[in-house]
Amino acid sequence: MTEDQDSIRKASRRREGRSRTVQRPRRPPAFIAIPATIGLALFALPVLGLLGRAPWSRLATLLGSDLALEALRLSAISSVSAAVISLLLGVPVAWTLCRYDFPGRSLLRGLVLLPMVLPPVVGGAALLFALGRRGLVGSPLYEATGLVLPFSTGGVILAGVFVAMPLMVLTVEGGLRSLDQRFERAAETLGAGRWTVLRRVTIPMIAPSVVAGIALTWARALGEFGATLTFAGNLQGRTQTLPLAVFVALESDRDAALALSLVMVIVSLAVLVALRDHWWRSR
Amino acid sequence: MAGITFDAVGKIYGGETRAIADVSIDIADGEFVVLVGPSGCGKSTLLRMVAGLEDITEGKILIGDRVVNDVAPKDRDIAMVFQNYALYPHMTVRDNMAFGLKLRKTPKKEIEERVGEAARILEITDYLDRKPKALSGGQRQRVAMGRAIVREPAAFLMDEPLSNLDAKLRVQMRSELGLLHSRLGTTTLYVTHDQVEAMTMGDRVAVLKAISDTESNLQQIASPRELYDHPRNLFVAGFIGSPAMNFVYATVGADGTATTLDFGGHSLAVGSGALPDGLERSEREIVVGVRPEAFEIRSAAGAGGSAMTVTASLVEQLGSEAYVHFAVPVRPVVTADIEALLAEEGTDASALGDETKFTARVNPDHAPRVGQSAELVVDTTKLHFFDPETGDAL
Ligand SMILES: Nc1ncnc2c1ncn2[C@@H]1O[C@H](COP(=O)(O)OP(=O)(O)O)[C@@H](O)[C@H]1O
Ligand SMILES: [Mg+2]
Repeated sequence: MTEDQDSIRKASRRREGRSRTVQRPRRPPAFIAIPATIGLALFALPVLGLLGRAPWSRLATLLGSDLALEALRLSAISSVSAAVISLLLGVPVAWTLCRYDFPGRSLLRGLVLLPMVLPPVVGGAALLFALGRRGLVGSPLYEATGLVLPFSTGGVILAGVFVAMPLMVLTVEGGLRSLDQRFERAAETLGAGRWTVLRRVTIPMIAPSVVAGIALTWARALGEFGATLTFAGNLQGRTQTLPLAVFVALESDRDAALALSLVMVIVSLAVLVALRDHWWRSR
Repeated sequence: MAGITFDAVGKIYGGETRAIADVSIDIADGEFVVLVGPSGCGKSTLLRMVAGLEDITEGKILIGDRVVNDVAPKDRDIAMVFQNYALYPHMTVRDNMAFGLKLRKTPKKEIEERVGEAARILEITDYLDRKPKALSGGQRQRVAMGRAIVREPAAFLMDEPLSNLDAKLRVQMRSELGLLHSRLGTTTLYVTHDQVEAMTMGDRVAVLKAISDTESNLQQIASPRELYDHPRNLFVAGFIGSPAMNFVYATVGADGTATTLDFGGHSLAVGSGALPDGLERSEREIVVGVRPEAFEIRSAAGAGGSAMTVTASLVEQLGSEAYVHFAVPVRPVVTADIEALLAEEGTDASALGDETKFTARVNPDHAPRVGQSAELVVDTTKLHFFDPETGDAL
C-alpha cells in the first residue's frame, strides 16, 4: 500500500471515529431553556448569596479557630469513614438484591431505601432506640464490650452510614442490573473462574456506578445533620461536625458560620465536578 | 482438538419448563456442524450446555472422550462467540483478544505472537489499540472471533455470530468463517436460525424443532445436500429451501398402466418406481411435496412429461428466474409440523385459506403474466411423499 492510500485510509478512519461521537447542539429551544434557567437559578442563587456575604478578609482567622478546625477534622474523618463502610457493606447488599431471588426481596429493597425518605431526625431516634445504651442491640453490646455508640465519633459515622448507604445500594444495583451477564459468561468460557470474573470483568464494568456511589454517599454523609444531632449529639471535638458547627455558629458568630459553609460548598462542589467529569461523561 | 458428543441430552429449566428432550448428536473432530431451527427450538440451550453455562438435566455431553457434565466452563477448553460479541468495553482490542491467554498464564511473548497472528488473519491489526466502542459491527465481530481463535481451543461454539451484521457483511463473513475453518480445522458447533447460512456453512446440519411432549427436538442431521434431497419429515422439508417446498394432499390413482397423483382436478402420471413401495394403486391420500424448481413452463421444458395447467395469480420476475404463484382447489395441508413452521412466520393455519397455494420457479423468458394460464411440466422424479398423519417421509 502506498503512503498516499494509507493516509487517506487513516483520515477516513478518523472521520469515522469522530462521527461516532454525536455532535450536540449548543442551545436548547426556549420552552426548555426558560424553565431550565429558573431551575438552575434555584441551585445557583444560594451559592452566590453565600459567596457574596462571605467574610473573605477574615477567612483565615475564622477557619483557624478551635471550633472550626475540630469540626473540619471530624467531618473529614466521619464522612470518609461513612463512605468506606457504605462501600464495603452496600456493594454486597446491592449484589444480593440484584443477583439473587429469594422470598422477601422486595421488602428488603424497600427497607434499604427507607432512610432516603425518612426524616433524618426520625432515623436518628430509631438508631438511638436500637443502639442506645438501653437499646435493643445497644444494651447487650454495652454489657459485653462497654462500647457506647451514641454521643461518640462512632455514632457520627454510624448515622452517616445509615442515611448515605442507600445511595450506594441504589447506584451499584443500577450498574449491576444494566450489566449484560453475557460479559461474565463469556469470561467463564474464556477460562476465568468466579474470582477472576469478578475481578477482571464485573468490577471494572460496574466501576463507574461504584465511584458514583462513593461520591454520593460521601457527599450525603458530609452534609448529614438531623440523624447525627439526634443520635450523636453536638459535642465539640467528638460529634460536632461541620453542619452542626454551622448551626451553632449561626446563633453566635455569623461570619464563622459563613466561613464554614463556604468550605463545605467549595469542597463538595470540587469533588462532585471532578468525579462527574472523570466517570460520568464517558457514559 | 476434539469432537463433541450429545448423548440423550435433555434440559428442563427451573424444574418445570422442558426445552430439550433426547438429543443425540456425534460431532467428529474437525467437523463444522450447524444447529438450525426456528427461534425457541433450543439451539442456544444446547450450545450453552456444551459451554457449561447451563447445567445438563439429562444425558451426557462429551468433549473429546471426557464427560463434561460436571466440569466448570473454564476447564472445558472451548471458545464461545456470542451474538452480541460480549467484548469488554474497558479493554482494548488487544487486551480483549489476549484475555483468555493471560488467564492461562501464557508467556507474554507467546501472547503477543498469537494475538498478532490472529489479528493478521482477521485483518484487524490496525485496530489493536482501540476500544471496542470505536469499531464497526463487522470489526467487532472479527475481534470476537479473534478472542476465540487465539486460545486454540478444542472446539468453537458460535451462537448466531453474524445476526447483528447487515446482509452484505453477513455474506462476506460467512465465507470468511468458512475459510477460517478450513484453515484451522477446529471442531465448530454453529447456531443460526437462517437456513441459508446453515446450508452454506455446515459440513452437516442439524434441524431442530421446539419441544412437543418429550419427543426429541432433533428432526434430522445430515449433509446440506442430503437434507435438501431427502428431508425426513414435513418440518425439515418445509424449513429447508427458499422459496419453501409446496405441499398438497393427493390421492394415489391409476390411469391404465400408469400410476397417477390426483389433486384438485390435476392428475400427474408418475413413472414406475417413483413412488415408495406399497403405495402404487393404493388409492391412499398422501402429502406430496414439490420443490419450486421441479416445475418448468412447457415452452421452456420441451415436449413430454406430466404437466398441469394453472392460472398465475402472481408473478415475481427476478431476471435470473421468475416465481409463478398459483392455487389449486384442494384444502391446504395442515399438520403439527406445518403449524410449527407457520408459527415461525408469525401466522397460523387460518392464513392459508381454503386452497392450496403453490410457488413455481421457472425460466424468466417463458414466465406468464398475472392472470394468464400456463402449462407447467413437473419433474416427477423429484417429488417427495409424506404420511398425512405423522408427517414422516414415506
Ligand atoms: N433461562 C431460561 N429459563 C426458562 N426457559 C428458558 C430459559 N432459556 C431458554 N428458555 C426456553 O427454552 C426454549 C429454548 O430456548 P433457546 O435455547 O434460547 O432457543 P433458541 O436459541 O433456539 O431460540 C425456549 O422455549 C425458551 O423460552
Ligand atoms: Mg438463541
